[in-house]
Amino acid sequence: MQTITDYLSAEHRHCDDMFAEAEAAAAKNDLAAAQAGFTAFHKGMEHHLSKEETIMFPAFEQASGSSMGPTSVMRMEHEQMRELFAEMQAALAAKDTHTYAGLSETLLVLMQQHNFKEEQMLYQMADRTLGDREDIVRQMEALP
Amino acid sequence: MSMAGLSLKQAPPISVPFRFFLSAPLFLLLAALALLAAGPAALESRWSQPLLGITHLLTLGFMSMVMSGAALQLLPVLAGAQVPQPRLMAWAIHLPLLAGTLLLCGGLYFSTAILVTLAIPLLALAFAVFLTIAIYNLARAPARNASTHAMLLALAALSLTVGLGLLLAAGITGMLKLSMLPLVVLHVGWGLIGWTTLLVIGVAYQVVPMFQLTQPYPSIVTRWLGSTLFVLMLVWSCHLLLPEPAASRLAIAAACGLAACLATFAVITLRLQQKRRRKVPDIVMQFWRVGLASLLTAAILWLAGQVSTTLANSTFYALALGMLFIIGFVLSVIQGMLYKITSFLIWFHLQGKLPPGKAPHMKDIITDRTARWHWRIHLASLPLCLASAMWPMPWIYAAGCALLLGGILLLTNLYRAWNIYLRAGAKAQGVPV
Repeated sequence: MQTITDYLSAEHRHCDDMFAEAEAAAAKNDLAAAQAGFTAFHKGMEHHLSKEETIMFPAFEQASGSSMGPTSVMRMEHEQMRELFAEMQAALAAKDTHTYAGLSETLLVLMQQHNFKEEQMLYQMADRTLGDREDIVRQMEALP
Repeated sequence: MSMAGLSLKQAPPISVPFRFFLSAPLFLLLAALALLAAGPAALESRWSQPLLGITHLLTLGFMSMVMSGAALQLLPVLAGAQVPQPRLMAWAIHLPLLAGTLLLCGGLYFSTAILVTLAIPLLALAFAVFLTIAIYNLARAPARNASTHAMLLALAALSLTVGLGLLLAAGITGMLKLSMLPLVVLHVGWGLIGWTTLLVIGVAYQVVPMFQLTQPYPSIVTRWLGSTLFVLMLVWSCHLLLPEPAASRLAIAAACGLAACLATFAVITLRLQQKRRRKVPDIVMQFWRVGLASLLTAAILWLAGQVSTTLANSTFYALALGMLFIIGFVLSVIQGMLYKITSFLIWFHLQGKLPPGKAPHMKDIITDRTARWHWRIHLASLPLCLASAMWPMPWIYAAGCALLLGGILLLTNLYRAWNIYLRAGAKAQGVPV
């Protein structure tokens, strides 16, 4: 039986791998590979974020009776990441690998401290408090 | 903890951590200048008064200063709750730490007891506030893991170090009649291995896998290393209570165990970094590697000192151990992490103030080029320091100049970053700059 923590944490690791590939390609000035890597990473991240925003967070908010708690901060950080995704895409389009490297570094720190809070606190709290967590994992798995 | 009580919002005002980060490099400069001013006399023995002053400029002025700022920034994230009144707390730690360190170091350096007397209440206040906040927040952290465990042990070690330090200060000023040597040995041991190393270990468990995309530390390490180190420190401390030759035997056995723990941590971290998934060159990791290589060298030298009494009794041995540990290990790791945390925090606070896409990214705030120059100078300062431990004249001047230059580069990099924040922030509010 898979927990919410295991399921979503594994997605973090998978996205990290794609992030590292895109970053390494950009550092070598291989723009085609960097673009392909970034597109895969961006798609993977958006899929992960929407699983949280449309399935896991609402279930958590309903159980806690508040949408102003920890999930609101997580949603805000998702928006901060999305701004960086857009800037990274623009840097690649402009063939500006220096800017891409700086944005990539910034995104990594933002993303990792965000993942830390989710994995160490929010997911575990969700696993403890949501009765139907298997159903939630199933719903997330089924999200197109 | 109830779900509604969990706050994942993190940031205290940027001035809270930055007052510490911007003060700390000034103490590096002071330490280098004090070394140059004292000349070879500073390194005549590990007990020379100037050297005691210089050491505390590094440990209190630089290390504790940065660690306090970082703690006020990161504790809310770990605890899942805000530190109440962060600005007031920052004042209550920063100002007495700053003034107390200057007084204590001046008192030690110039052998002026009155300055040490004045430093005692200030340092006691700074650490009392810091320890209260840190222990309270960590103890209620919902994230219970090897990191928070190691950090709690580190804080216990810090409490001991500070308590011993205050006793020693009272001894120096003649307020108390004490047998100083055993207390000094405990103060140094608990400060460097207890507090500092345990804290670095606790932090490394999180930040090495997070920012360098390595595998996590093996669970046998995260489960046992911190506690083993702490218990060995307790065992090692007991040798002071025993008669000879049992005391020496116990001290040697515990030291060998401690050195093995330090070496294990260094080797495992270096191995993890070698196999990291993130392949781009990373200057912060280069600082880590210098730090870990220095820690490994220090551990080997310490082991060698357990075998050879000639080595252990030499002035070079004590000086080189201290230099490898403080300048090689701790300064490297702290300076590297300082670059990452300051450039991220400036980006983080600016992106909240500026229109989307307008905040400068981390590599525009502190460039790789300037950070790499600092790293090169810092690396070069290590062999020069070791040479000065062997031949104070003339190497102390070369070492002092390298440390001074390293301090200047750190200072300019951090102040330039801070200036970027101030200018961009002012622009956001429409104030002409």
